[in-house]
Amino acid sequence: MGLKELLRRIFLLDLVQGLRLTFSYQRPSATYTEQYPRERPPVAERYRGAPRLNNNPETGETLCIACNLCSLACPENLIVVGWERTEDRRKKLTTFTYDVSRCMFCGLCEDACPVDALELTQDFEIANYTREGMIWDRDLLEAGPQPVRYSR
Amino acid sequence: MPEATYLDANELVINMGPQHPATHGVLRVKLRLDGERVLGTECIIGYLHRGVEKIAENRTYVQFAPYVDRMDYVAAVTNGMGYCEAVEKLMGVELPPRAQYTRMILAELQRIASHLLWLGTHALDIGAMTPVFYTFREREEILKIFENYCGARLTTHAFRIGGLQYDLYDGFEKDATKFCDYLLPKIDEYEELLSTNRIWMNRTKKVGVLSGKDAIALGVTGPVLRGSGVKWDIRKVQPYEAYDKVEFEIPTGQNGDTYDRYIVRIQEMRQSVRIIRQSVERLAPGPIFGKVGKVIKPPAAEVYHSIEAPKGELGYFVVSDGSTHPYRVRVRPPSFVNLEALDIMSRGHLVADIVAIIGTLDIVLGEVDR
Repeated sequence: MGLKELLRRIFLLDLVQGLRLTFSYQRPSATYTEQYPRERPPVAERYRGAPRLNNNPETGETLCIACNLCSLACPENLIVVGWERTEDRRKKLTTFTYDVSRCMFCGLCEDACPVDALELTQDFEIANYTREGMIWDRDLLEAGPQPVRYSR
Repeated sequence: MPEATYLDANELVINMGPQHPATHGVLRVKLRLDGERVLGTECIIGYLHRGVEKIAENRTYVQFAPYVDRMDYVAAVTNGMGYCEAVEKLMGVELPPRAQYTRMILAELQRIASHLLWLGTHALDIGAMTPVFYTFREREEILKIFENYCGARLTTHAFRIGGLQYDLYDGFEKDATKFCDYLLPKIDEYEELLSTNRIWMNRTKKVGVLSGKDAIALGVTGPVLRGSGVKWDIRKVQPYEAYDKVEFEIPTGQNGDTYDRYIVRIQEMRQSVRIIRQSVERLAPGPIFGKVGKVIKPPAAEVYHSIEAPKGELGYFVVSDGSTHPYRVRVRPPSFVNLEALDIMSRGHLVADIVAIIGTLDIVLGEVDR
């Protein structure tokens, strides 16, 4: 061990070098913490979160044409589409259930939808107290996610 | 496992894991100890088995794509890329250049993210607390790019068979180059923290030595193989996508110890930055989907396709019977094969070194057990 190495050891130079870098990050502008429930993280525009069944904004009628493609595309088979025939032999959506507890948010149902009725929204708070509560019916899906706003 | 060789042998068999923070998941290692010395190890795996290969037989080709993301969950993009490419090879689909370069950029970003996660946790295991916070901060930037591109951070499902589902968002090129500029000084910073750090060197040099010959015999791939001095990279020897059109080097080590593997991975991050920069330059407007029909129905055949995942050679063996469902999908995960080297590497070392050796192998249990 040379003299230089010895001095390095005595004066803990490696330690000082390392700690200098550590403490250079103590400034407030380098803080990354988010105060989550009050401050919501911004998610991307393409974020795949809680599902929603879109209505026509003008008439309020559902956009879904009950083609059943989302149900066929789903790897987990968690979408069940119910329909009935009207007098002019057209399909009319009656029920629509979506089991969020089994969903892995792959986005294949969204891709399959030919009329952009089913959409994965930007909401990510889908926790529930019961398993039954995770199975969303048509009313819940059409209402869409209702994010809770927290305040102090 | 060998028997004790010492006369006053006081052999002890203990379990490390499956609930141990340093085994990076649910790996159970049976250690045969003589005092503090390790005589041999035996891995017991399967705690995270989900039967992904069996699931594949009950799904269509398109439907199975999200499941492969859950194998190596810290490098989902490369997993998806390997699977999509295997099925594309089966169908003989050629991708347009824009799709190829997009895939390459995202795969290299994923490689950096995976190495950053490895660096942070590996250093944390050995006792260096600081790097983990820095590496996670940089990784966050990559995950933001992923989220903006495909809407998910970890289990991305970024690619579809035949191309990309999403075109690049506005400002992607800027984000990618900005990240490259941002990352390079940070890598120097990690090196400043670790490369010449005396504790780090004592804990990693001459620990877990794996010779090149042993590494080849065991079938080890990726940075573990290159750390032993073998110049082998699927991106060079069997180029896929457009890797033959970009310039990069294969970093290798000499001694095959934990320190060399650390250096190899650090260098690999720099090479990935090079690849990203070249690919971004070559991104030109154009189609993002090859010639595939609405229904993916490959001809009856079988194909093996492997890519260089962050952890090594990731291979997919897909057998098709001509229907929309794969007949069989077999995955060759790099972590599973690399874990085989644990026994040879850990013999004669102390118990504390096992933590360093498991860390340096960079295993992900989701991939080992599938």
